[in-house]
Amino acid sequence: MTQRVTTLAAAAALLVLLPVTVSHFHSYQLALVGIYFIAIIGLNVLTGYSGQISLGHGAFMAIGAYTTAILSVNYGVSEYWTIPCAGVITGLFGFAFGFPARRLSGVYLALATFGLAISIVLVAKRFDHFTGGTPGKVLTLPSSPIGALSTQVWLYTLTWSIAIVTLAAAWLALRGRFGRSLRALRDAPIAATAFGVSVGRFKTVAFAISAFYAGVAGALFAIAIAFVNPDTFPVSLSILLLTGAVLGGLGSLGGMLFGAFFIEFVPLYAARVNKSAPSLLYGLILIAVLYALPGGAAGLVDQVVRVFRRASTRLERI
Amino acid sequence: MANFFQHVIAGLANGGVYATLALALVLIHRATGILNFAQGEMGMFATYIAWSLINSRGLTYWLAFTITLALAFLGGAAVHQAAIRPFSHRSELTVVLVTIALLGIFNGAAGWIWGPEEKFFQSPFPLRVFDVGGVVINEQDLGAIGVSLACVAVVFALFRYTRLGLQMRASALAPETSRLLGIRVVPMLSIGWGLAAMLSAVAGMMAAQALVLSPNYMLLVLTYAFAGAVLGGIDSPIGAVVGAYTLGVGLSLLSEYVPSLGSSLQLPVALAILVLVLLVRPAGLFGRVVVRRV
Amino acid sequence: MALLELRDVEASYGPLKALHGISLVVDEGQAVAILGANGAGKTTTLRAISGTVQTSGDIVFDGKRIGRRAPESIARLGIAHVPEGRGIYGELSVWENMRLGGVVRRDRNGMKQDVERAFGYFPRLRERLKQQAGTLSGGEQQMLALARALVSRPRLLLLDEPSLGLAPVIVREFFRIIRALNQEEGLAVLVVEQNAKIALASVQHAYLLEVGRVALDAPSTELEKHEGVRASYLGY
Repeated sequence: MTQRVTTLAAAAALLVLLPVTVSHFHSYQLALVGIYFIAIIGLNVLTGYSGQISLGHGAFMAIGAYTTAILSVNYGVSEYWTIPCAGVITGLFGFAFGFPARRLSGVYLALATFGLAISIVLVAKRFDHFTGGTPGKVLTLPSSPIGALSTQVWLYTLTWSIAIVTLAAAWLALRGRFGRSLRALRDAPIAATAFGVSVGRFKTVAFAISAFYAGVAGALFAIAIAFVNPDTFPVSLSILLLTGAVLGGLGSLGGMLFGAFFIEFVPLYAARVNKSAPSLLYGLILIAVLYALPGGAAGLVDQVVRVFRRASTRLERI
Repeated sequence: MANFFQHVIAGLANGGVYATLALALVLIHRATGILNFAQGEMGMFATYIAWSLINSRGLTYWLAFTITLALAFLGGAAVHQAAIRPFSHRSELTVVLVTIALLGIFNGAAGWIWGPEEKFFQSPFPLRVFDVGGVVINEQDLGAIGVSLACVAVVFALFRYTRLGLQMRASALAPETSRLLGIRVVPMLSIGWGLAAMLSAVAGMMAAQALVLSPNYMLLVLTYAFAGAVLGGIDSPIGAVVGAYTLGVGLSLLSEYVPSLGSSLQLPVALAILVLVLLVRPAGLFGRVVVRRV
Repeated sequence: MALLELRDVEASYGPLKALHGISLVVDEGQAVAILGANGAGKTTTLRAISGTVQTSGDIVFDGKRIGRRAPESIARLGIAHVPEGRGIYGELSVWENMRLGGVVRRDRNGMKQDVERAFGYFPRLRERLKQQAGTLSGGEQQMLALARALVSRPRLLLLDEPSLGLAPVIVREFFRIIRALNQEEGLAVLVVEQNAKIALASVQHAYLLEVGRVALDAPSTELEKHEGVRASYLGY
């Protein structure tokens, strides 16, 4: 118990001190990490906890981003108020998708969500009077309302505050009956039904929640980059999000931190080697992790901790 | 009226490409129970190999085509042995992720080796048009239809009439029982993957003559192939082929007679069909219904 | 001359140990039965022989150790295992099922002869060649499974609970054919059965398994007279 508290305290301290110690550009990158963190927490709830494969999370981020763009550019709503709106609207889309999708299982669901990811790009291009089509929409550049903080540090603070709130909400929800029901439906759906867990309802709710998170992440993304167009959320983003979640460790909220860092930094460094290296790299890493480390980074940390504990109990006995 | 037929033929040409890839998807699904998301990318990669054989080594189209098919077969079998077998006892989610990873690997590798710029892939059929009673028919379209039908026919014949085909069907239906009969099941599955890779290569090469060759061009084709396969029945080879041709023709006619959808919404329409079929009759039009209530 | 010999064979399904050291012998041309209650390890013993379960101990067939070999390779040595539930391909036709029996054969003419022989034993199958195997009755499916096994011209036939789910008149016919195969053609048979009466009437030797161990090992005529066997397994 005390171990947990100290880890959390250390993490909190790190979070607060980080932007002070690193450059503005790095703070901006860390803000993006925060955004991906929020998105894949949602994905984790969907895939890690309720066992529904989603290859379309990029599409939900896109919906959130476009909501923010349209509301702020077309209707002059202040960007920050659009964040919860984007979340809710995307959540509704998630519900609408999850409702029919609850009857799809495994691979077929993956297929349908893959289709969603591909479609969103085309829909965004087609309905251009609404979405700004291929050229997209340009938002006002973000600026820090607090004089003392630079824009990048402000973005960092904004995204990470929201990230912590969403993380806490997820953690609380998953601890109790909701989390257990989700896991039951992932591991043994027939047994879960026998126990009165309404499979369809939970599946749909899981979709709605994960879409809400992705929508919030998308909104923050639009604010941070101040630009949205159909190519901002290609199919590869959905694949990257899922890869990050798997690497972090499906079923582990903490692991998503590692996943988020992976999503932000690996493509960046890989692209320096060759423009096509990122896809190749995630594919290779994903297979390697699936084979050797199915629990992802979180699983690895667990194993290391276990080894240490065993070693320390052995030392105690001497 | 002539317009109608022209669109039907164009639809059949596209449908032929989707059908060839759909057959590959069904083959793999029947043999190993997997929906291979990387099927299109494998075809794309093979097409790039054909492209280099033609453009860098100056081989004739059909020679390059043949060599590519042989290499595709070996490649498909190798992928099964190296990337699928190790995960044969893992969960469905894991296996889906493995095929996604393969998608990324082939996509990235192609972009790295040949560059992401679009390339031109020639058609082996001359740019000729026939006029049959007012209907303008493109020889290239006919060629694509012919090649796809030929592939489908060869694969069907292989499975129905040869000893090897029978063993492959048996291995897919009941691997444990097949072992007891002395059938070497794992090699049979690898051969299945090899065959599917060959079909994907054909689909890739036919698609490249209509679209342009780029690392991402087969993603679209894959989605249509999936939609067609699901429509006809993901476990039924005949169903998948018929479903794919139907989809091709249907979309072609739709783009002509419902202009508000335009060509850019063909994909979402195909996907809507896909999702609808999965919800209403997951076995597809020709598949067998397996009841599993939860 | 021992065709098949098991020495202290153990087998487990994960943490559950099913066989605790089984030893048995099947001679050339001999018919042997394995009797016992549910869960005694009868099916596991057959699986150990055909290579579909991991084992320790010695399994020797025709002088070769087969304990570590893959099922496909064991089948090719001449062991035909008709599993519990018959293992026929419901989606394939009767003819296709029979052809699959011939996978291990290299001689086309020899195979044709064996197919004819199989039809000789099971004339009804010839009438239903194109029919989907899944639409056959239980008894016909069992006949098909045996016919398919015969097409492979095995040295040893392993039968797992052939009488399961079949009407008595069909079971009698089936075992009549087994006796003919064994006595007229010299085919070695190892049959696992819960129907002890008909099994003992069809074999020369039998083993009684209890909880993964051999409890009794005797000629069938002796077991038929054995008090304990009569009470527990023969019902009188």
